[in-house]
Amino acid sequence: MKEQVIIADKLSKRFGQFMATNQISFSVSAGEIFGFLGANGAGKTTAMRMLCGLSIPSEGSASVAGFDVYTQTEEIKKNIGYMSQRFSLYEDLTVLENIRFFGGIYGLSDLQIKEKSDALIQQLGLEKEAKKLVAALPLGWRQKLSFSVAILHDPKIVFLDEPTGGVDPLTRRQFWDMIYAAADRGVTIFVTTHYMDEAEYCDRISIMVDGKIDAMGTPAELKKQFDAQNMDEVFYQLARGAKRKE
Amino acid sequence: MKQFLSFVRKEFYHVLRDRKTLFILFGMPVVQILIFGFALSNEVKNSKLLVFNQAQDEASAKLINELEVSNYFEIEKVVGSYSEIHQTFKQGDIRLALVIPANFGSDLAHQNKASLQLINDASDPNTATTLNNYVNIIVQDFLAQNYPSAKSPIAILPQTRMLYNPQLQGAPNFVPGVMAMILMLICVMMTAVSIVREKENGTMEVLLVSPFKPILVILSKAFPYLLLSLVNVTSILLLSVYLLDLPIQGNIFMLYAVSTLFIITCLSIGILISVLTNSQQVAMLISLMGMMLPALLFSGFMFPIENMPLPLQVISNIVPSKWYYIMVKGIMIKGLGISSLLKETGVLVFITTVVLIISIKKFKIRLA
Repeated sequence: MKEQVIIADKLSKRFGQFMATNQISFSVSAGEIFGFLGANGAGKTTAMRMLCGLSIPSEGSASVAGFDVYTQTEEIKKNIGYMSQRFSLYEDLTVLENIRFFGGIYGLSDLQIKEKSDALIQQLGLEKEAKKLVAALPLGWRQKLSFSVAILHDPKIVFLDEPTGGVDPLTRRQFWDMIYAAADRGVTIFVTTHYMDEAEYCDRISIMVDGKIDAMGTPAELKKQFDAQNMDEVFYQLARGAKRKE
Repeated sequence: MKQFLSFVRKEFYHVLRDRKTLFILFGMPVVQILIFGFALSNEVKNSKLLVFNQAQDEASAKLINELEVSNYFEIEKVVGSYSEIHQTFKQGDIRLALVIPANFGSDLAHQNKASLQLINDASDPNTATTLNNYVNIIVQDFLAQNYPSAKSPIAILPQTRMLYNPQLQGAPNFVPGVMAMILMLICVMMTAVSIVREKENGTMEVLLVSPFKPILVILSKAFPYLLLSLVNVTSILLLSVYLLDLPIQGNIFMLYAVSTLFIITCLSIGILISVLTNSQQVAMLISLMGMMLPALLFSGFMFPIENMPLPLQVISNIVPSKWYYIMVKGIMIKGLGISSLLKETGVLVFITTVVLIISIKKFKIRLA
């Protein structure tokens, strides 16, 4: 059994009367690609914010990279990377400046930043664009760059919140190649998505409905369980029962 | 510390790459000083004067000449009757008419006294009073030069000294006012907008997920504006000393010290606005309407606070720029020391502390 890097046990978040996340329990092991699915408003973002140390849970317990989400949020933040659904680099900074900035706030040394940015730019083939403003890059490249920046400080776990929104299929495929490469290096990937073909790429997925996790397993297991041809059908069967609207 | 520096460097990239910000930052102070220094002025110059000279003698001609060579008046027309005076007033260009009675010169020569009549357009009372004062000064001058033996028409003649600003220039009043306004604008609005922009763009989330402490995020967003504002203080002072010939009477270090205090006050207000709002437009509106307008109205720079109704006088006390304006005026124009400005310093420190405590509390609530 591999090391469990994310463990959530009956994790809940209440806003007044509203249970945004209702007693969710799951665990993710090191190097796993864990897909976190659910319709809009199902509570994915709230759950993710709690795991990232941005939001204190109301009930339940959870640990991320071995640190407690109530008391050790600073330690958690050092060990995770994060990329949001909204574009998260600075458009009025150049590619290199963005890398240097994020390296800087994660406390990397100048030498580390230099080595990492050289490697990263070579890997992404951005040699000509390194000194250009990010605003001038096509969206797909920005997303790839954004992911590379999110794992710049070698986090144990990286949280991706709908990372491929608005990106063409080819770039999405390349993006997933990057995710696989990171997972092969032992980085745990926690990803939310609305694309069901992407769900198939995950090692294991959970599907949230109305604040609860209604199904969890490998894509093959889920398809078998719900007697479905593909993940689209599985998702549809579950989400149809949802009472919450957006 | 290294994290902080990376952040500050990034902030400078933002500022230096945005032409609009750069213009507001460095163009605005220059433009305002030029406008207030050369275009807008409450000094009354070259007012059109109407003369009805019934005397037509040497003395009256001399007096009219004195008025003409002063910078304050321009003889528009010489008329021959009262009805003509009234007609010309109705046409609107004339501010003041001077009537010299028939026996002006001989009265002066023989009785050592004479009378003059001034007719004012008092639809603008302040200007009318100012013009009367100018005429009085010129007449006194004329008497002293030509009729040293003439008695003053009134037994008590107040000897007026205009302290700190003998020539009644506008600059000693508006330079401190412009400083208060510019700093308010830059620190409050720019800080608020630049923090809210990170929220709008989604980069704030990324920053909060990083190990960089949230409070440091806020501090390092505000810090560059502190530096830039001090650059602005310097440029305004240079302009006022070298362009407007307005010397700094007091201690320049103290002037910078109180400016830094005021800048910190404004930055903390900017931070509070950014914590409370989520869009750049709202942040900008609140900064302009909620901060600039009171700064303009209640600093005492344009409208005297003493003349306001009591409730407004009370409100003016929570407007930071009022206190800064008093301090800059005190140090720059009157050459006061810090011991005379303890109260103002105390008020600013108090406002800053309260605002900062509120913003930190609100910021934490948002995070939870």
